[in-house]
Amino acid sequence: MTVPAPYYLALSAVLFTAGTAGVLLRRSALIVFMSVELMLNAVNLSLITFARLHGSVDGQVLVFFVLVVAAAEVVVGLAIIVDVFRSRETVDVDDADALRG
Amino acid sequence: MSAVAVTAVLIPALPLAGWVVLGLWGGRWPGRAAGWVASATVAGSFVAAVALFESLAALPPDARTVQVDLYRWIAAGALAIPFRLLADPLSAAMARLVAGVGMLIHIYSIGYMARDAGGARYFAYMNLFMASMLLLVLAGNLAVMFIGWEGVGLCSYLLIAFWFERPAAARAGVKAFVVTRLGDVGFLLGIFAVFGTFGTLDFTAITREAAARLPLGGGLATAIALLLFLGAVGKSAQLPLYVWLPDAMDGPTPVSALIHAATMVTAGVFMIVRLHALYLRAPFALDVVAVTGAVTAVFAASAALVESDLKRVLAYSTISQLGYMFLAVGVAAWAAGIFHLMTHAFFKALLFLAAGAVMHALGGETDMRKMGGLARPLPKTAAAFGAGVLALAGIPPLAGFFSKEQILGEVFAAGHPWLWGIGLFTAGLTGFYITRAYVLTFAGPPARVHENVHEAPPVMWWPLAALVFLAVVMGVVLEHVVPLAPWLQPTLGAGALKSAGGAAAAAAEPGAVHAMLLVVSVAVAAGGIVLGWLVYARGAIRGQAPVLGTILAHRFYIEDLYDAAIVAPSRALAGWAAAVDRGVIDRAVLGVAGGLGWGGAALRRLQNGYLRQYAAFVLIGALIILAYWMLRP
Amino acid sequence: MDVVLFGITAVCALAGGAGVILSRRPVHSALGLLLVLLSLAVDYLLLGAQFIAAAQVIIYAGAIVVLFVFIIMLLSQAGERLGPGAFDGPVAVRFVAALVVLLAAGLIALVTRTPSAPAPVPAAFGTIQDVGRSLFGRYLLPFEAASLVLLVGMIGGVALGRRLGPRT
Repeated sequence: MTVPAPYYLALSAVLFTAGTAGVLLRRSALIVFMSVELMLNAVNLSLITFARLHGSVDGQVLVFFVLVVAAAEVVVGLAIIVDVFRSRETVDVDDADALRG
Repeated sequence: MSAVAVTAVLIPALPLAGWVVLGLWGGRWPGRAAGWVASATVAGSFVAAVALFESLAALPPDARTVQVDLYRWIAAGALAIPFRLLADPLSAAMARLVAGVGMLIHIYSIGYMARDAGGARYFAYMNLFMASMLLLVLAGNLAVMFIGWEGVGLCSYLLIAFWFERPAAARAGVKAFVVTRLGDVGFLLGIFAVFGTFGTLDFTAITREAAARLPLGGGLATAIALLLFLGAVGKSAQLPLYVWLPDAMDGPTPVSALIHAATMVTAGVFMIVRLHALYLRAPFALDVVAVTGAVTAVFAASAALVESDLKRVLAYSTISQLGYMFLAVGVAAWAAGIFHLMTHAFFKALLFLAAGAVMHALGGETDMRKMGGLARPLPKTAAAFGAGVLALAGIPPLAGFFSKEQILGEVFAAGHPWLWGIGLFTAGLTGFYITRAYVLTFAGPPARVHENVHEAPPVMWWPLAALVFLAVVMGVVLEHVVPLAPWLQPTLGAGALKSAGGAAAAAAEPGAVHAMLLVVSVAVAAGGIVLGWLVYARGAIRGQAPVLGTILAHRFYIEDLYDAAIVAPSRALAGWAAAVDRGVIDRAVLGVAGGLGWGGAALRRLQNGYLRQYAAFVLIGALIILAYWMLRP
Repeated sequence: MDVVLFGITAVCALAGGAGVILSRRPVHSALGLLLVLLSLAVDYLLLGAQFIAAAQVIIYAGAIVVLFVFIIMLLSQAGERLGPGAFDGPVAVRFVAALVVLLAAGLIALVTRTPSAPAPVPAAFGTIQDVGRSLFGRYLLPFEAASLVLLVGMIGGVALGRRLGPRT
């Protein structure tokens, strides 16, 4: 590993913040969802980096599980978005204000 | 327990039981049943008191001090106070007096309060009063005496304000309570000081050890004596705490007779006599007592001169006569003070009950300016009142003569010519004002036509008659037949003999001087009566003394001074405190509630349903945790 | 050599990330996501995680992104403009920008604390056998649980996707 670990981690950090910005700033539920996937991938990168750093394969195993869960999550999440769209004709996140108190 | 102990306990216990029974069930009894039950308990106390007296008399003089411990009341380490009664000559004599006069007044009340709906409540309070007063008199230590002291204060308040729907009566009751409370502060502080000095509150112990523990004339003894005297000043309505007694006349007349003439107001005198050993160690305090008594006596007598309310004349008269008693104890003439206490009880109660008979006949009128000429329709009442007049003025051979004469003689013999002079002058004033009262009420032309005026019914008349008998006879009896002073000697020590009857006093000073004093005082008293008769019955002296009259009418502006200096600032303080309570404290409390509500409303704005905002807050939380991780050492 | 490769993947990943969050249309975002995923797969290879790299391509790029595209086409939503209008509402741009900057700063600070000396690893590090040995050995229970998760996801997807009642 000739590339020093901090490089990868820095990339991971930037991607993570980019994903966060996307979650907070975009109104389309689909794009928000994709930003979440971006965040997940950033974390995956850092996990792999640390696995290599410590010489332990446990980090990769964890990434495997993240993959699995992300897949399941995308399925369910998109199903929900479709459902919401069917009843309200919109995927605008700001329109989902039923939690208003 | 021995027979003495049982009788001693019965004396306060019977009226106490009466109070309980009357309080719980008296309201449901028909007609006058409450009154008779109440009178019965007091009569029982009287019988017990007589029995106690006789039992003690059967004992040798040295053994006439019996302590009765009822239970261990306070046991807290060094503070050990039993609930103790003390049966000795002084308490037996006082108990007999209080119970006897109380019994007569209870019977009188049956008739006087017959038409009052609250009769059961009245008799319940009266019985409670009797229990408290008897407890006070029979107390074996200052703590039990204090219970009685407070109890009579409470009943005084309850009975003055008996007709509580009348604002004047309610105010008078509060005034009495508050003013005597002021005195009670001193009393309580004195009790604390006594305990601190003696380690006990027991009377026999105090009497025994006063000389050992208190240096003569020392600051400690003087302080204790003056503090206790403050309590007496309040309770016995001396200057400057007398202001409650004239207003207390708003209560029923038998109450005025019993509480504010014969018994409660004498508690201060009694207390000083009980603690005579202590007072003997503080000559300065005794001087204060004597001067206070003398000044009060003349002041009150002057106020009585200008009163137009019959009962208030008698109230000021009581204050004045109490001044005589304090004058007596102030020169260490203990037995003389007690003697006058007893005779005063008889003739003052007589005067009050006779006044009550007049009011009963006139439908509650007390203003003498609306009376006059009542001797014709009320001959018996007039005669009774007249007997009281003579007794009060000190005309021999009625009771007042002997006791007042003893006091004046002792004062003179103790070397206080000025005080004696004041006492003499007051005796003249006394004759004058009481004659004035008699004339305005019974003699002269009627101020208006009186309808349907009749004498009091028998249930009111017989106690009156009994008191007339006592007022006439008891002076001679207590001086020569069953002399009081030697009886009190075991309790009072040498001090009693000091004021023994005429014989011992004659031995103490030249017989000629003594005889001259006698003649002078009788002459002054008689002169006062004659002058009063001339002025008011014959109109001998016309003319005004406007300045003097105004000053007297305002009672030397003392009450106005109190109003300005004490009452008004207190009201202002109370108003300010109420404003603070409303404005500051309530606002703070409600402000907290309001603040919470406002905070809740503000926080509610966070719940606006915007998911992105919620996500932002999650991020903020994550940032905080991140910062913590990074900053952790 | 590796550094150059890393640089290329980093540039692509950043470009893809920008595309995800800044694109006007969801399809463009999906393509940006795809770019990120593939770049990261190369990084995984550089880091000796061959199996994970392959899984990433197959699962993420091959299935998840495809799913996203399906749904986008199903909903046929036109993307909204990413301008001030995109975030009117209680979440102000400046506020979010500040947050994001803070987050970035924090992460960078954390990142720079890590040592850069890697441990020596055997040649078989990150191979499918190596990962498999862990999955079926030490992490057997989570592995089985993950299969349950997938099952639940499937059921959820089917249940949510059913149409109940007439077409809205």
